[in-house]
Amino acid sequence: MAINWFKYSAPTTFYGLAGKLIPWFGISAAILFAVGLYIGFFVAPIDYQQGEFYRIIFIHVPASIISMFLYLIMAGYAALGLIFNTRLSSMMATAIAPTGALFAFISLWTGALWGKPMWGAWWVWDARLTSELILLFLYLGYIALHASIDEPRRADRAAALLAIVGSVNVPIIYFSVKWWNTLHQGSTIKFSGTSMHVAMQQAMFITLVACWLYAIAVILARVRSIILERERHTKWITELPEVK
Amino acid sequence: MKKESMFGLLLLVIRRDLMLAMRRRADVLTTLIFFVMVVSLFPLGVGPEMDMLRKMAPGVLWVAALLSSMLSLGRLFSADHLDGTLEQMMLAPQSLSMLVLGKMAAHWMVSGLPLVLMAPVLGIQFDMSAEALGILIVGLLLGTPILSMIGGIGAALTLGLRGGGVLLSLLVLPLCIPVLIFGTGAVEAVSTGLSVASHLSLLGALLVLALAFTPWVTAQALRISME
Amino acid sequence: MLEVSNLACSRGDHRLFTGLSFALHPGQIMQVQGENGSGKTSLLRTLCGFLMPDEGDIAWNGSSVSELQEEYYAEMLYLGHLNAIKDELSGLENLRISAGLSGIELGEKEAIAALRRMGLKGRELLPTKVLSQGQRRRVALARLLVSDAKLWVLDEPLAALDVAAVALIEELIAEHLARQGMVIFTTHQPLQVAGMEMRTLTLTRAGSGSRGRSA
Repeated sequence: MAINWFKYSAPTTFYGLAGKLIPWFGISAAILFAVGLYIGFFVAPIDYQQGEFYRIIFIHVPASIISMFLYLIMAGYAALGLIFNTRLSSMMATAIAPTGALFAFISLWTGALWGKPMWGAWWVWDARLTSELILLFLYLGYIALHASIDEPRRADRAAALLAIVGSVNVPIIYFSVKWWNTLHQGSTIKFSGTSMHVAMQQAMFITLVACWLYAIAVILARVRSIILERERHTKWITELPEVK
Repeated sequence: MKKESMFGLLLLVIRRDLMLAMRRRADVLTTLIFFVMVVSLFPLGVGPEMDMLRKMAPGVLWVAALLSSMLSLGRLFSADHLDGTLEQMMLAPQSLSMLVLGKMAAHWMVSGLPLVLMAPVLGIQFDMSAEALGILIVGLLLGTPILSMIGGIGAALTLGLRGGGVLLSLLVLPLCIPVLIFGTGAVEAVSTGLSVASHLSLLGALLVLALAFTPWVTAQALRISME
Repeated sequence: MLEVSNLACSRGDHRLFTGLSFALHPGQIMQVQGENGSGKTSLLRTLCGFLMPDEGDIAWNGSSVSELQEEYYAEMLYLGHLNAIKDELSGLENLRISAGLSGIELGEKEAIAALRRMGLKGRELLPTKVLSQGQRRRVALARLLVSDAKLWVLDEPLAALDVAAVALIEELIAEHLARQGMVIFTTHQPLQVAGMEMRTLTLTRAGSGSRGRSA
C-alpha cells in the first residue's frame, strides 16, 4: 500500500516543533507587553491636545495593524492549501481566523473608548474604524462558513476560496470607504503631533512586537489542537505521551 | 445532430432559467414585493418629513435592493443541485464558468431588473428629483448585476448547507459594500453638485471586474461544494 | 478506452477502496458490484470528476481526465440517482435542454422520436410533475438515445422501471456496445445484455478499506 508520506510528515513534525516554540513566544510576549505598556503609560509624555486619553493607541494601533495583516496571511495560507492541497496550510488558515477576529474586535473596542472623550460619541463613522468593522465581518463570515461545513476538506477549501475573494476585495472596500468618508466630511481620528515623542514610538513598537508574539503563540497552540483533532485516527497521535 | 457552441450554451442556460422563472412566477413576485415593502417601511419608521426622506432615499433603495437580491440568491443553484441538473452542468463539454455566467445573467433578469424598473415608483414616494431618479436607475442598472455575480459565489459556497440563507447574506453583504457606496454616492453627488461620472465609472469598473472573475470563482466554488 | 490505475477514495475519515485498477475497452460493459456503502456511487462520481481521488489516476484514451476536462466530458454521459429533470418543464423541453447541456442541439422531431421510443407517446408535452416516477426516469433515460457519447456511466439506471422499460434499456445498451461504446454501471436488479460478456468489478470491504476485484 503506497502512502504519500510527504503529505503526512508536515503536521507530524510541525506538531512537536510548535509545542517547543509556544512557551518562548508566550513568555516573550508577556515580558514585552509589560515593558511596552509601562513605557506607554508611565514614561511617555502627555499629549498636549488629547491629554491622557491618547494612551489607548498603544493597544488600538497594534491591534488594528495585526488584524489587517492576519487577514492577508490567513488568505495566503488558505490559497496555499487550496492550490497545493497541503493540509498544514489549511489548518494554519483556520487557526488564524479567531485571533484575527479578536484583534479586529479589540481594535473596534479601543477605538470606541478613544472616540468617547475625543468626539463625545462611542462610535464615529471614521474611515479606519468602518473598514475595521467590515474586516471583522469578513473574519466572521470565514469562521461561520468553516463552522457550518461538516466535512473538513470541503470546509477548508470553501473557506479558502472565500478568504481569497475577501482579500481581493479588501483594498476595494478600503478605498470605497475612504471615498465615502471624504465625501461626507466624516470625522477622522488623527494623532495631533506630527512627530511622535521617542518614548511613544518605543512603546508603540514594543507593544506591536508583543502582539505579534502573542498572536503567533496562540495560533501555534490552536494549530496543535486542530492537528490532534483531524489526525486522531493516525498512529502517531495515539503514540503521543499526552494522548496516552 | 448539431453541436452547441459556447455562446449557444450560454443562451440555452439563460433561456432555460427564464422559462423556469416564468413557470414559477410567484418566486419573482415575492422578491419584488419584499423590495417594495422594505422601502415603504422606512417612512413609517423615521417619520414622513420630506426633507429627511429625500436625503435618505438613495440609501434606503440601495439597501433594500441589496437585501432583496440576497433573498433570491439561495435559489440560484439549490434547485439545480437538488434535482441533479447541476451535476449534468458540470459535465457539459464547455467550461462551467460559461454556464455559471448564464445562470447569473438569468438571475439578474429575474430578480435584479424588476427592482430597477420598480425603483422610480418608489423614488417618487420619497420625493426624489427627476435627475436624481435617473442617476439612481443608471446606478442600479450597473450595480445590481454585480450583486447577482458576487452573490453567486456565496450561493455556490453555501450550497446544501443548513441555514444557508442567513450564512449566504453574512458572506456576501460585506463584499457588496463598495457597490452600495458608489451607487448611493452617485445619487448624492447630483444633489451636492459633485461629479456623477466618477461614481458611475467606478461602478462600471467593478462590473467589468466582476464579469471577469466571479463566474470562474463561482465555478470553482461549485466544484468544491459538489464534492 | 478508460483506464483506472491504483485508485483510492475516501469519504471523510472513511476509506472506501484503495488500489483499484481496471481498464474498459470499446465494446465492453462492466458492472460495479458491492454491498451498500462499499463505494459504488463514489467510484462512478470519481469517474465523472465530481470527487477527487486520494490517489491514483483515471485516463481516457491515454491522457489523464483531469487534464482533458471538457474533451473528456464531451465523450461521456452520466446518469445518476437523480433524474436531472425539471418538474415545471415538459418531457420534450427537458430532453432538449439536457441534450443542449451535453453539447448537442436537438431538433424537436428527434426529441419527440426519442421520447416515443421510451414509451412516452402522448406525454411529450405534459409537465413532468404529473408523470409517474417510472415515466420521469424514462424521460431521463431518453438522453441515452440522443447522445453520441462513447462512455456511459449509469448509476442504478433500472430504478423505478417496469419490465418493458428494463428490456428497452438492455436493448439500448446492446446497441451502444455494438457501436463500440463502453458502459460502466451499478444495479441491484438483474440486467442482461444478449451476446455480451458482462465484466464485474466487486468492491468488498476488507480490514481498513475495500479493494476492487475485477473479473
